[in-house]
Amino acid sequence: MNQARHDNRVRFGVPDDSMVFARGVRKSYGHLEVLKGVDLDVPVGSVACIIGPSGSGKSTFLRCINHLEKLSGGILLVDGEFIGYDLRGDRLYEVKDDLLCSRRAEIGMLFQSFNLFSNMTVLENLIEAPTQVRRVPVQQAKAEAEVLLARVGLLDKIDRYPRELSGGQQQRVAIARAMAMKPKVLLFDEPTSALDPELVGEVLHVMRDLAESGMTMVVVTHEVAFAREIGDQLIFMDEGVIVERGVPREMIADPQSPRTREFLSRVL
Amino acid sequence: MSVAARTEPDPRADAARLTVVPQKRYGIWVGTIFALLLAAMIFRAFASNPAFAWGTAVDYLLHPSIMRGLGNTLVLTVLIMVAAIIIGTIVAVMRVSPSPVLRAFASAYVWFFRGVPALIQLIFWFNLSLLVREVSLTLPFVGTLASVKTNDFMTPFFSAVVALSLCEAGYMAEIIRAGIKSVPSGQAEAASALGMPYRMILKRITLPQAMRFVVPPTGNEAINLLKMTSLVTFIAVDDLFYSAQSIYARTFETIPLLIVVAFWYLAVVSIMSVGQHFLERYFGRSDKRTESITMQVLRNAFGMRRGGAAA
Repeated sequence: MNQARHDNRVRFGVPDDSMVFARGVRKSYGHLEVLKGVDLDVPVGSVACIIGPSGSGKSTFLRCINHLEKLSGGILLVDGEFIGYDLRGDRLYEVKDDLLCSRRAEIGMLFQSFNLFSNMTVLENLIEAPTQVRRVPVQQAKAEAEVLLARVGLLDKIDRYPRELSGGQQQRVAIARAMAMKPKVLLFDEPTSALDPELVGEVLHVMRDLAESGMTMVVVTHEVAFAREIGDQLIFMDEGVIVERGVPREMIADPQSPRTREFLSRVL
Repeated sequence: MSVAARTEPDPRADAARLTVVPQKRYGIWVGTIFALLLAAMIFRAFASNPAFAWGTAVDYLLHPSIMRGLGNTLVLTVLIMVAAIIIGTIVAVMRVSPSPVLRAFASAYVWFFRGVPALIQLIFWFNLSLLVREVSLTLPFVGTLASVKTNDFMTPFFSAVVALSLCEAGYMAEIIRAGIKSVPSGQAEAASALGMPYRMILKRITLPQAMRFVVPPTGNEAINLLKMTSLVTFIAVDDLFYSAQSIYARTFETIPLLIVVAFWYLAVVSIMSVGQHFLERYFGRSDKRTESITMQVLRNAFGMRRGGAAA
């Protein structure tokens, strides 16, 4: 364990098995406060599902985890380390872009609109970041890409361009692309919201496979059934705060907050 | 009413008997006849008027000084276009940069070089020596290392390249900026999430994707530029037009030589159009396409719409 990680653990009381550790995370755009103090613990190898109405801040929180959004306040550690800062004394120094990038490379992210690189084939999408960012030899990256594509069931599409694939296939390629960087944690931002209903299943299937293999995942989703089945914890966010959290099965069966109850009755 | 005589209706057999009578498009026929008549009249005027002196034009077509002029025009066009694409890309990247100072600088560049007529810029650079007598490389505490008289390096050819490159770069910057803007923001976002730094994202993701939107208008710019280089005649660079001018200034065969000039410009533009087409195809290769290359070339050459040949 490196020194910074050790110091953070002692200073902030980060549990030993913590992958994502958030305390009092705030985010504002001008006068608009989107996150009003969010606390979250995601232990290694667990799946946290975040649900909530649109505009509740759940996607913003997810984007704070890999520092696509800068925090306005609070602390957010991934695997015991700050992503965008170095802590010295009581000062958080913003890190140089190169360091930020190499830390971010260890956090995979999936998007609602897949965002596969449209100028590249499936294979090129998968080897781009490993070969460019990590300087992995092309042959090795290709071999690893083939294993990942086989795992998501799309080895036969290896030379296709993204627009030749269905939405579900694109999202599965995107998952393989994220996995190619061997991330410590995967963040999913409504991964099935843009899909036709009959394509949702294939993506959830791949996600279930990842969860069972021990991947740490934070999933913003509207798929309550998926959360109930796969999630280790369920978080309901509304208006920038976590309203309720708990074991998915119990929380869905018997929500404590009226807001949670109302939301669940609408999506179930 | 005899029920027995009536046969059961058989819509399928009926449908086979039906024929479609095309709509009568009289307007199109009238227009076609008018256009053909007009074409015949223009052809007759060109062919029969002896002042065109087609024979003379043909004689000058491959004249050595015309060839040299054509060569210079092509060299100018290529040099200027390459420089304009490089400068334009830099300015475009500055225009989308996070720094407001860089953005303002780039906007000012575009505003100035696109706003001042090319001819005026050209003559300005040609006369740079009126403004700056000599250019020197001077280091503090070391003194002047090198010094060159402006007139020695600002030859007509060089000032033409500088002036038109800077001017054309203003247009290219706008084209490339529009291309960059047309790439969905999710692409750069996904790249950052994979740990790619800003420069790498520009080079590997944003600019290559912008190319698809940049190539068609750039082809237009190149064609425009080819013709715009005829302005260098004003500062006595012997391009195609200047060579023709210097011949007809002696022989007074103005019209035949203008025909020669027009012929060469048209010939080069035609070749460029074909080249542009293949470039577009290359940068659009991630689009799914079923049409064959030959069909596309034909379609582009004859201005047919998709399916136009079959209809």
